[in-house]
Amino acid sequence: MSNISLTDILKEFRDPARDSLIPILQREQQQRGFISKEAMIVIGEKLNLPVSKVYGVASFYNQFRFNAPGLHQIQVCRGTACHVKGSSTVLDSLEMDVGCKSGETSKDGLFSIEVVACVGACSLAPVVVVDGEFHAGMDSTKMRKINKTLRKVHNAER
Amino acid sequence: MLKDNLFSRCCDKCWHSSEKACPDYISCLTQGPLCHHDEKCENKKKENISRITLKSMEKPMIFMGLGTCGMGAGALKTLEELENVIKEENIDVEIRKTGCIGLCTLEPLLDIKMPGRTRLSYGHVTEKNVRKILNSVINGKPEEENLIGQHFSDGDENWKNVPGFFDHPFFINQKRWVLKNCGINDPVDLEQYLANGGFLAFEKILKNELQASVCDEIEKSNLRGRGGGGFPTGKKWKFALNTPADQKYMICNADEGDPGAFMDRALIEGDPYRLLEGLMIASYAIGATQAYVYIRAEYPLAIERLIEAISNLKKFGFIGENILDSGFSLKIKIKKGAGAFVCGEETALIHSIEGKRGMPRVRPPFPATRGLFDKPTIINNVETLCNIPDIITNGYEWFCAAGTETSKGTKVFALSGNLNYTGLVEVEMGTPIREIIFQTGGGIPDNREFKAAQIGGPSGGCIPPQHLDIKVDYENLKTVGAMMGSGGLVIMDDKACMVDVAKFFMDFIQRESCGKCIPCREGTRRMLEILQMVTSNPSSDSSMNSLERLSGIITLEKLAEIIKSTSLCGLGQTAPNPVISTLRYFRSEYEEHIFNRKCSAKVCKELLTYQIDEDKCTGCTLCARVCPSEAIKGAVKSPHYIISENCVRCGSCLVACRQNAISVY
Amino acid sequence: MLELIVNDKPVKADKGEMLLSVLRRQGIDIPTLCHVEGLTPTGACRLCVVEVEGQSGLVPSCACQVYNGMKVKTHTNRLIEARRTLLELIMSSHPDDCLYCQRRDTCELLELASKLGIKERRYKSVRSNPSLDISSPSIVRDPSKCILCGRCVRVCEEIQGVGAIDFIGRGSDCSVGTAFNEGLNTSSCVNCGQCITACPVGALTEARHINRVLNAMSNPELTIVVQHAPAVSVTLGEMYNLPSAADVQGVMIAGLRKAGFDFVFDTGFSADLTIMEEASELVSRISNGGVLPMMTSCSPAWVKFVEQYYPEMIPSLSTCKSPMQMLGAITKSWWAEKNKLDKSKIFSVAVMPCTAKKFEASRPEMGIGIPDIDAVLTTRELYDLFNIKGVKPFELKPMNNDNPFGQRSTAGKLFGATGGVMEAAIRTAHFLITGENMKNPVITELRDMTGIKEARVKIGELEIGVAVASGLSNARKLLDEIKMGRKDIHFIEIMSCPGGCIGGGGQPYGTDFESVRNRMSLLYKIDKEETVKYSHENQSISELYRDFLGKPLSGKSHTLLHTEYMNRVVMK
Repeated sequence: MSNISLTDILKEFRDPARDSLIPILQREQQQRGFISKEAMIVIGEKLNLPVSKVYGVASFYNQFRFNAPGLHQIQVCRGTACHVKGSSTVLDSLEMDVGCKSGETSKDGLFSIEVVACVGACSLAPVVVVDGEFHAGMDSTKMRKINKTLRKVHNAER
Repeated sequence: MLKDNLFSRCCDKCWHSSEKACPDYISCLTQGPLCHHDEKCENKKKENISRITLKSMEKPMIFMGLGTCGMGAGALKTLEELENVIKEENIDVEIRKTGCIGLCTLEPLLDIKMPGRTRLSYGHVTEKNVRKILNSVINGKPEEENLIGQHFSDGDENWKNVPGFFDHPFFINQKRWVLKNCGINDPVDLEQYLANGGFLAFEKILKNELQASVCDEIEKSNLRGRGGGGFPTGKKWKFALNTPADQKYMICNADEGDPGAFMDRALIEGDPYRLLEGLMIASYAIGATQAYVYIRAEYPLAIERLIEAISNLKKFGFIGENILDSGFSLKIKIKKGAGAFVCGEETALIHSIEGKRGMPRVRPPFPATRGLFDKPTIINNVETLCNIPDIITNGYEWFCAAGTETSKGTKVFALSGNLNYTGLVEVEMGTPIREIIFQTGGGIPDNREFKAAQIGGPSGGCIPPQHLDIKVDYENLKTVGAMMGSGGLVIMDDKACMVDVAKFFMDFIQRESCGKCIPCREGTRRMLEILQMVTSNPSSDSSMNSLERLSGIITLEKLAEIIKSTSLCGLGQTAPNPVISTLRYFRSEYEEHIFNRKCSAKVCKELLTYQIDEDKCTGCTLCARVCPSEAIKGAVKSPHYIISENCVRCGSCLVACRQNAISVY
Repeated sequence: MLELIVNDKPVKADKGEMLLSVLRRQGIDIPTLCHVEGLTPTGACRLCVVEVEGQSGLVPSCACQVYNGMKVKTHTNRLIEARRTLLELIMSSHPDDCLYCQRRDTCELLELASKLGIKERRYKSVRSNPSLDISSPSIVRDPSKCILCGRCVRVCEEIQGVGAIDFIGRGSDCSVGTAFNEGLNTSSCVNCGQCITACPVGALTEARHINRVLNAMSNPELTIVVQHAPAVSVTLGEMYNLPSAADVQGVMIAGLRKAGFDFVFDTGFSADLTIMEEASELVSRISNGGVLPMMTSCSPAWVKFVEQYYPEMIPSLSTCKSPMQMLGAITKSWWAEKNKLDKSKIFSVAVMPCTAKKFEASRPEMGIGIPDIDAVLTTRELYDLFNIKGVKPFELKPMNNDNPFGQRSTAGKLFGATGGVMEAAIRTAHFLITGENMKNPVITELRDMTGIKEARVKIGELEIGVAVASGLSNARKLLDEIKMGRKDIHFIEIMSCPGGCIGGGGQPYGTDFESVRNRMSLLYKIDKEETVKYSHENQSISELYRDFLGKPLSGKSHTLLHTEYMNRVVMK
């Protein structure tokens, strides 16, 4: 991950007021993949907001996560079209294959699964986004294949 | 930008520039020069325009559809190979990256236009066939495989025996107004938007029209909010215009949260300037000097294009201080949503921009009088704003000529689900749903039966076969318990279980409810729990449970009514709709689940039983090996059997079995 | 003036009024769970919905402004069914353990359930049971009972300006909690307990000390002393549903004795002692160029507030301990010596209108070796203790406090109301500086419920500026002005709770503006009617200085009656 510090992120915002809270959180998560308690405390101080409010806001929105994500982030779209075309089966088998539930990171730290309300690519349903790359018309077999490839690459690098 | 472009000065007599714009700057650029008379200069302009609109071109042009769906289908790989081919074979062509034209099923799409010939469209162009296709067109003998059609255009020679692209069944019944440029233009190329008449509407109102008359024009056009509610846009603008304040705000709501909708994404990816022009006109009309585009963070490509488009507008002085010397100033900011469906609700969206939890507040006061930072604020949906420029250019009468009594113009739908052609379509208001599904969408694949069309997302309803002739219209759809919504249209065939669909939406809503008011927070959760009970594993049933299930359905209907009438915001007030509408049209499916404890669509897992046919099973052990829960037992080469209690009903064995020995019922 | 039609009858209302208050003024009973007078209406519970002609949905009356010609129905069948269902929905996710709930007699949810006649469980739910938060020395949170009305969140933010808690998460997983949903003790909570009095159900209660007291009483080796704060005697009567507000000190003392306390002291005595020390400190700061403005330190939530939000202003805080702690310290020193008691065998209890006092008593600097105070009971707990012990105070003959800590001046009693400490201190400062008492000891500018009050006071040649604030968000405003450079204020009294201790977080549930006002007028009545109006005229105080302390600010005073503060780092 990149190494722009939170201090530098905060400098990007001139006279930040409360309406900068969500953009700051988004920048921080973009840099570190998640938002730590320490970061929320610093952000609260900077914006002159109680930390409880910062946490209240951060926990309200789906986007923010509070623990480090896996090396590969897998987002499973659970939009209507994806559901109708069997995304729940894809999710089930993914969870079984990787060994963690959605919202969690696998024990080996390799994968984290997230369920997304809708990625807006309904005509490609069911869609799974792996590290930002869209995969269309997914099923359990295709999903396992992708994971297998990722694992292979990872093991080779080691 | 090229050396000599639309923005370059034609000669020394031309005095204005983007820094020193005059009120006629835009028309001067595209239809001019107006500031002085010089035939040479006029010709120069005309040449420029025909270069941009491809009326004259020197080398072949390749169009690559690079919307999210195109890229999801592998367009980037195609592009990479295309660039290789060009390099290897030393072909002199230009590549133009476009947005999505809407026919997502056939992505990746690649078009080729030879100088003087019409543009050819190919579908499913992958790294494997791109070389062949490119060469065939360049050599004048276009491949027939994968060819969708040609875009007829004046002055260009047609290809023989190639159908018209827009005569394709997917397009033939569409009326493409807001989608006009999508998939045709390079979305962020400002020249292309201008050359096609872009920003003339904006120039026109800045130069000639009072704020009130812009609002009047829109009010007379009868344009209604395309985000779902259908409130008359011009009327809404007037509320803000008539509220005195030192600061007003204009917000474009691009937080497309409906699962099953992607109109806003495709519109922004395909034609961001149209949206921005609409936003700029709206800002002028209500007197806002600060505009926001509130867009989902899940749409990175759309955000990227929007950022580029806005920076181009800034660069050429279309936004900023004293735009086109009119005295009107405007700034546009992008606010990224952080993932909350409820932020589609106006007051929640406002809270979110203010950096708060996206919890709606009680209305009135309405945002039009007290909104963002307590100032008058208008929030319009993407499609609504995309309609504005053409209404201003062509007049309200033009707009009113299309559509039905109460719903004018066109509507964009995101067509998905079990259809032959899925994608983005734009039809005239009043088009029957049947036509959209069976003509535009090409009907249901694999000879299956149509079961329902889910329209309007979690706030909408399901349209059953008997109502397929209903026409698209705000009021009409309500009569069958559905609603226009923002335009998600998900088609389901007979493999869909309607109880499961209802459960899917309730699950979505109870998670996406903001949690503030009791009926929505607790009520939707209770409704989900009742539906879960209806679809739960029968093996753990007691007689008490079946009674509870029965009473559950009765309470479901009562609860739905209370949630509708008492919830604080639109999300809660419409939350029970998916359940109400499925109960209304598919009651027998509920009864089947409750009394027979079966799901004949074989979707509700817990109600399914997997069994191995002893006569067919050869004991190959394949199924036992794929079973994740060790529910399949049996010795090698003798018939296997499933231990029902251990079975998690994942279906792996069914897929694995080569003897067709496993059945589900 | 507007006219609306309510249930077919014309009703007058003022422009800008909310429909709910108009209806309630008409005696129309509209249920609510989230509404609190004076706080932003949220329209969250939806119970107050009514039908308004021309609107298809139901309208929440708490957040609906009235307009001329408005036609309203309040009790149609549709509304009754809606309200019932809403209530059933909350009940369906609320634990069933009413039998064991501390709020069983005062629960607003239960009261509504019985009012709306709910007798059948129509909705069932599957709920996770979040665990109890007992991390705070003052406040216990039971999130499973929380109905998410948001009153506590608003009180903490709007009245107290602290914001230790907020809504967390979303949808059916929504809850109320601290940052990161951790224990209250790690948060910026100042323990004021305003959230407890605002809570309609049993989700927020005080950390109870009743068992500590009962255990001590059963230990024959211990001498149990109790002190009661000035605000308690003017409030306790309300809990026995006395028809009108009354000071019940006499029967309360009798009750305390009957309940098993060996000695009953009056915190009003040590309030006088506080004044002696604090007024002397003020005079000394003024004459020796000490740090000004000086700020009072009797409200422990306020002290914690300064320690965590304004550590740079700690030097402004008076070093005086609060009256409770002073009496605790004197009891375990002078009084113990005088009565030949081992101080470790004294169990010192304080009955307070306050939950933050529980925290204060647990501060390590409050006591030498052993704590000055061993248990703190709130007014509510005192009521419970009486019941447990079978004490019916109103059937008892009134009694007096035990001496020497039973005497107090009315100045000491005034401590219970906002502005009281200031008035008492000025009375004594005037005497210390000029050698004579004020002609009129009442300072009217400081006597009402206003959040921030100011006055210029002439003491002989000297004119000083004083300011009084109650409610910590008001305190914040005042401190920010001082920080911005305001110099005309020399002495500041801050009470954490609105109205002062009489509106404290340990007072009866649902304490509102009206009840605080009543308690306040009782205190003023006592000040008017009794004769000893000056702390320095309290004979027992003179005796204490003569026999033990010497003079105010003496070395002994400093060891026993003064304290120090720390820069407190919490998650703000």
